[in-house]
Amino acid sequence: MTLTNQLIQFLFTGLTVGSIYALVALGFSMIYNSTTIINLAQGEFVMLGGLIMVFFTMVLKIPMILGFALTVIGVTLVGALFERLAIHPLKRASLITLIIITLAGSILFRGVAMFLWGKDPYALPPFSGRSPVQFWGATIQYQIFWILGITVLVVFGIWFFFNRTLMGKAMAACAFNPLAARLVGINVRKMVLFSFGLSAAFGAIAGAIITPITLMEYDRGPLLALKGFAAAVLGGLGSGAGSVVAGFIIGILESLGAGLISSGYKDAIALVVLLVILWVKPSGLFGSAEESQLKKF
Amino acid sequence: MSEEVLKVQGLQKSFGGLRAIDSLDFMVAEQQIKSIIGPNGAGKTTLFNLITGILPPTAGTFEFKGRPLRGMKAHEIARLGISRTFQNLELFANMTALENVMVGRHVRTLAGIFKAGLRLPGMRREEREIREKAMEELRFLGLENKALMNATSLPLGEQKLLEIARALATQPKLLLLDEPAAGLNMREAEKLAETIIKIRQREITVMLVEHDMSLVMDISDEVLVLNYGKKIAEGPPGDIQRNRQVIAAYLGEEADA
Amino acid sequence: MKRDDLYTILCILITVGLFPWLAGGNQYFISLLIFMGINGIIVMGLGMLMGYAGQISLGHAAFFGIGAYSSGILTAKYAFHPFPAFFIGVLLSAIIAFLVGKPTLRLKGHYMAVATLGFGEILFIVFNELSPLTGGPSGLSGIPSLTFLGHPIEGAIYLYLVWGFLLLLLLFSLNVINSRVGRALRAIHGSELAANAMGVDASRYKLQVFILSAMYASMAGSLYAHFVTFISPSSFSFMFSILLLMMVVVGGAETIWGSLLGAMLLTLLPEYLRGLEDFEVLAYGAILMVVLLFMPQGILEGVRKLFFRKIKVGGL
Repeated sequence: MTLTNQLIQFLFTGLTVGSIYALVALGFSMIYNSTTIINLAQGEFVMLGGLIMVFFTMVLKIPMILGFALTVIGVTLVGALFERLAIHPLKRASLITLIIITLAGSILFRGVAMFLWGKDPYALPPFSGRSPVQFWGATIQYQIFWILGITVLVVFGIWFFFNRTLMGKAMAACAFNPLAARLVGINVRKMVLFSFGLSAAFGAIAGAIITPITLMEYDRGPLLALKGFAAAVLGGLGSGAGSVVAGFIIGILESLGAGLISSGYKDAIALVVLLVILWVKPSGLFGSAEESQLKKF
Repeated sequence: MSEEVLKVQGLQKSFGGLRAIDSLDFMVAEQQIKSIIGPNGAGKTTLFNLITGILPPTAGTFEFKGRPLRGMKAHEIARLGISRTFQNLELFANMTALENVMVGRHVRTLAGIFKAGLRLPGMRREEREIREKAMEELRFLGLENKALMNATSLPLGEQKLLEIARALATQPKLLLLDEPAAGLNMREAEKLAETIIKIRQREITVMLVEHDMSLVMDISDEVLVLNYGKKIAEGPPGDIQRNRQVIAAYLGEEADA
Repeated sequence: MKRDDLYTILCILITVGLFPWLAGGNQYFISLLIFMGINGIIVMGLGMLMGYAGQISLGHAAFFGIGAYSSGILTAKYAFHPFPAFFIGVLLSAIIAFLVGKPTLRLKGHYMAVATLGFGEILFIVFNELSPLTGGPSGLSGIPSLTFLGHPIEGAIYLYLVWGFLLLLLLFSLNVINSRVGRALRAIHGSELAANAMGVDASRYKLQVFILSAMYASMAGSLYAHFVTFISPSSFSFMFSILLLMMVVVGGAETIWGSLLGAMLLTLLPEYLRGLEDFEVLAYGAILMVVLLFMPQGILEGVRKLFFRKIKVGGL
């Protein structure tokens, strides 16, 4: 393969994992926007998405589309339940406690997953088209098109939701000023619940679409969460567009680094980006410094 | 001619498009009691935040005893001798009243982490001094009986006095009090007035942000009036009370007949 | 020194001193207590960072690893004497803590948590990838035991060594807490704004206590390496950082005794769960959740409150 071919290969791999990071980052931004909390259990929603989809389609032999829908619904419920049982009761707790409770949630989810599925990785068949495709000299698995396509759909759906629907705008209002939001009749509690459910849904979608390529095991969550968070911060926490663009950037950087430099340190690439961004410009590429200072954490 | 303790020139603070403080010039003489008044949102607390280094100014300078302060960090300014209380109490809720005041002594003491960890004799002596001086300040404010109680379990009036005790423990030359009388009843406010005079007797210059006009007019040497971040009047209390612009600022413009 | 603290220290001294005899020389129990001591050392430092200064670190396993690998590599591969290897580990941890801490401690709450998490993960990857030096995922073996005058220090003697260290560090920590520095840290936790206004250089103190906690973790790492004589990156993973955090939170972050209690309890936990491997992670998550929801001040405070309530009701 020539260098160009290799680069195209890496580009597609980068876009693929980048989609996952973008979806995870969207989940972070969403919860942050409505609650100013960072949900450290975000990665576990992805893991659950993958493993539950495996259960529905491989064990119960339900057709893929139905399995996908059920998976997303199921994980959404998990997210909502998590908010009700663990986040909501602690609304007035200190910041550290809130951070740790989402951490506890992630450990709990991981524990349940380990109990139900064990430590082995599980596979899913690709959604369609078993054989890879030749694209500009690179060999692309068909699933990648599904991944990119679904991600684009989700992103468009989000954009539409936040900018064109009343409920979306209401959600954005909640994070900025919950009191004012309440005074104009927005049910802040419901919004928070909804945002957790929605970001769980994103995670589930990400997990379901990536498992055919990368498999899924019980402890994939934390690293995914870290990288997705890196994308969220890089793009400006709370900015949907930023999250998506940054997700792809990190995915491509990681892929290029793994291919051209070293594959052992692949995971460290996103993490180094995370640290650099947090240390140098926490407001991210697209956020403003002043705005990020005004937001409470 | 008494020395200038604080000199502010061309001070400006903008938050995006909003000018919270606009071209402010004034000075505070030694051992003066100078009050800052003005309608809500006039920029009074912002002014305090600028002087104590909590917020950086957008433009202008301010000097403390001839020494420019712009760009210095809050703790460095505290070391130089400026201390303050807060409008919305910022006591250390996780400590007792005495411990709160002892933190005030931090800036006049030295023991670092290793001296403290090894409990060297110099450090032990210093600890005793810290405790004694802190109790002195509590006594000055009449709070010595509450020394071992958790700071936030005190009634509001006493919490405000505790903040003053803590600020005094830093041995300031200039003390900034941000609405110390807020939430106090008349008797407490009178006692506060006496306390501020006693503070001045300790050769400490006092700047006061207040809404309680009787307190302000009673004890101030000079009053500075801010409105929309600009100085609209400055002078002895009597003059200020008669100043038309001040009255207008507080009551709104009278409609022309 | 407060009297209660002195009594507690004496109790610890006596219990640990008699333990080998109480345990009937059972090496398993003795090792358990050694691990409790090692974890206790780390957790004292972490507890000061979290409980007193109010900061958070989700990556402390990294410093534990730095100490362990420094001692391990230098003594096993380069025939260093354990003492200089130990100090090099501590120095290295301090330097890295300084470099990482300076930009990280400026960050607010969540961002700091994630930054420390990221840092811990990066170091974990480094431990795994620097195979020629660290032995990679298969680990580093052949770490010499400590010796005194030619005799290997093991078993009960190692127990005394570890707990001797712990007690010395405990005394140091208590002194710091009961001093101007301790008050400054608590002030930062109470209101960083007011602390700065009263002349406390908050950034400096946060960094100092972060470095101190890293040094504690490094010392524990060295003691760990010489005890187990074989180390691998899996002991220095993010899960261990979380376990350390749990020890502080579950025991009670507010006091150093709470953190120590947490270390004791949660070192035992994996032992209880030895048969129920499937439940291990689940149990961690469940315990952490329950404590946070129902006893956020930690078990020590929770039990103390319960105790006082009973006395009040019963006494009257």
